[in-house]
Amino acid sequence: MEAIEILFTASLWAAAIRIASPLIFATLGELICERAGVLNLGIEGIMTVGAFAGWVAVYHGADLWSGIAIAALAGAAFGLLHGFMTIPLGLSQHVTGIGVTLLATSLTYYAYRLVFPEVTSPPKIEPFAPFEIPLLSQIPFFGEALFRQTPLTYLAFISVLLVAYVLYRTPIGLAVRTVGENPATVEAQGIDVTLVRMGAVAVGSAFMAIGGAFLTMSAFNSFYFDMVNGRGWICIALVVFGSWRPGKALLGAILFAAFDAYQLRLQQLAGAYVPYQVFLMLPYVLSILALIVMSRRAGYPRALMLAYRKGER
Amino acid sequence: MRLEPRTETGIGLRLAAPIAAVAASFLVAALLVLIGGASPFAVFAAVIKGALGSQFAFLETLTRATPLIFTGLAAAIAFRARLWNIGGEAQLYAGAILTVMLGTGALALPAPVLFPLILAASALAGALLLLGPTILKTRFGVDEVVTTLLLNFIMVLVVSMLLDGPLKDPMGLGWPQSKKVIAEAIWPKLVQGKRLHLGFLIAILAALAVWFVNARTTFGYEMRAVGFNPRAARFAGIPVNWVMAKTALLSGGLAALAGVSEVAGLKGNLTLDLSPGFGYTGIVVAMLAALHPVGVIAAAIFVAAMFVGADAMSRTVGVPNYIANVMVATALLTMVAAMLFTRFRLRRG
Repeated sequence: MEAIEILFTASLWAAAIRIASPLIFATLGELICERAGVLNLGIEGIMTVGAFAGWVAVYHGADLWSGIAIAALAGAAFGLLHGFMTIPLGLSQHVTGIGVTLLATSLTYYAYRLVFPEVTSPPKIEPFAPFEIPLLSQIPFFGEALFRQTPLTYLAFISVLLVAYVLYRTPIGLAVRTVGENPATVEAQGIDVTLVRMGAVAVGSAFMAIGGAFLTMSAFNSFYFDMVNGRGWICIALVVFGSWRPGKALLGAILFAAFDAYQLRLQQLAGAYVPYQVFLMLPYVLSILALIVMSRRAGYPRALMLAYRKGER
Repeated sequence: MRLEPRTETGIGLRLAAPIAAVAASFLVAALLVLIGGASPFAVFAAVIKGALGSQFAFLETLTRATPLIFTGLAAAIAFRARLWNIGGEAQLYAGAILTVMLGTGALALPAPVLFPLILAASALAGALLLLGPTILKTRFGVDEVVTTLLLNFIMVLVVSMLLDGPLKDPMGLGWPQSKKVIAEAIWPKLVQGKRLHLGFLIAILAALAVWFVNARTTFGYEMRAVGFNPRAARFAGIPVNWVMAKTALLSGGLAALAGVSEVAGLKGNLTLDLSPGFGYTGIVVAMLAALHPVGVIAAAIFVAAMFVGADAMSRTVGVPNYIANVMVATALLTMVAAMLFTRFRLRRG
């Protein structure tokens, strides 16, 4: 009975929204890349870079929002690396993406050890504080769940609206969607396919990095090794689950996070009977199941993973 | 500027690609060492000395190369058929689990029986672990990169669960570790009193066997055909899904052998830190070798030398040993790019 009651507590949903926030940023980022036809497996490493870059900047005296900007720029830089190799050079998006993840992760760890050679427990920063939105935060249940989060969480939700608007209501969005479906038609209109794709991958990677920065600057206040812990790969599954649409991806991220928050609480309830590892496994298992269920219906961008070379058929 | 396909690729150009990749990784590393405030020459000298400077160092490099040859072969054979197996880590642990399940006393058999039995059972476990994602790919179109990646995380948790439960060493003082494998299951050392073990020889044999399958059998031809152009392969009457499944079994089995080799040859038991990412590094090894099975041996030794050397260097010079990971990742990206120029040339216009 208690297991069901948990589902109706505001604290569960507040936790779900909090857990969803980094996933929303990173899923949006991956979605932008894939909509433009580029699978970005650099996501795991780019999130790690973002988590470190933003945090270390704040540690050295930058304010929180500058930290976010620095994380985004660092992410975009690695995005451009992935973009350069997969778009003009047309190299395997799978192998390049794994390479970018390995490079970004190892560079981050190297930089971490350079900045903090001796420390055993990483130093802390003052992270984003929860911001209660006047009036809205007083609504019963929803107030606590939705409107007492940190500013970064609000930014995540605003980003969904923004990305959806740009993708579906602006010429830039149309160009991005078309290079992911049929690059030759974009070329025929005199738009540079390479440029559009590079831009999309850079912007998408910046979003991923902000997702990583959420971990060190809002969810926690420190940087740990392996802190991204597969979230990037889960976001790739969430993009498929959301059928490459920002709204559905948001829904997927929240559902996923609610499940994660729920399993954390179940763990305390049933921890004596079921090994805790089973609960930790569930998010990954759930991602695989989501992929299987959605793959049949998935309307993936037609030019996803196809390199475009001018004049080639 | 545009890319124009080359009609033929000389042997010189093919060898130039890995050399360029290694040079680039040293260049990037030199830059990072300078940022770190040390002298690149001192660092590289320490890395090379630490990896090759003595008999002990060299044998240690070969010991570290052993699991990388297995995971490198696993990646190479799968990538050739364009089966993106990123789950080497999970398959390695599957092999290690089976080794511990059968090798710690459950089967009281003489070594000549136990040895092949453990090898076969472990390989089968790894093979089946990759068969799942492969069937999901061929049947449902689920991207195997993501499923194999996610399985890595799941398997580490499975290992953790087993080490808390049925495989826990009762004498382990509460540490998450398994019992030691029995004497009959331990692989002999190749050099008396050193850590290099039989696994290295088995890895070399495996590489030669994979080369033979690749180059001299119908199955090898089918794998390459499927990787080159699955639609054409299907049109030519090759059972593409079946070839994919067989490739998966072979690849998963090879990765699992890395786990057997580390447990039965080196560590003696299963712990949560059995593999410092051998599965992922195997991908780099395979790419550096241009997916050639015999090249995998050389690439694995090179990568192992970087890691072993960097560990020694960081103890003496004090530059973080993650420099080795950076070099290996840089080498991977440069190699992929350099391979492009073995197939295309750059033309103006």
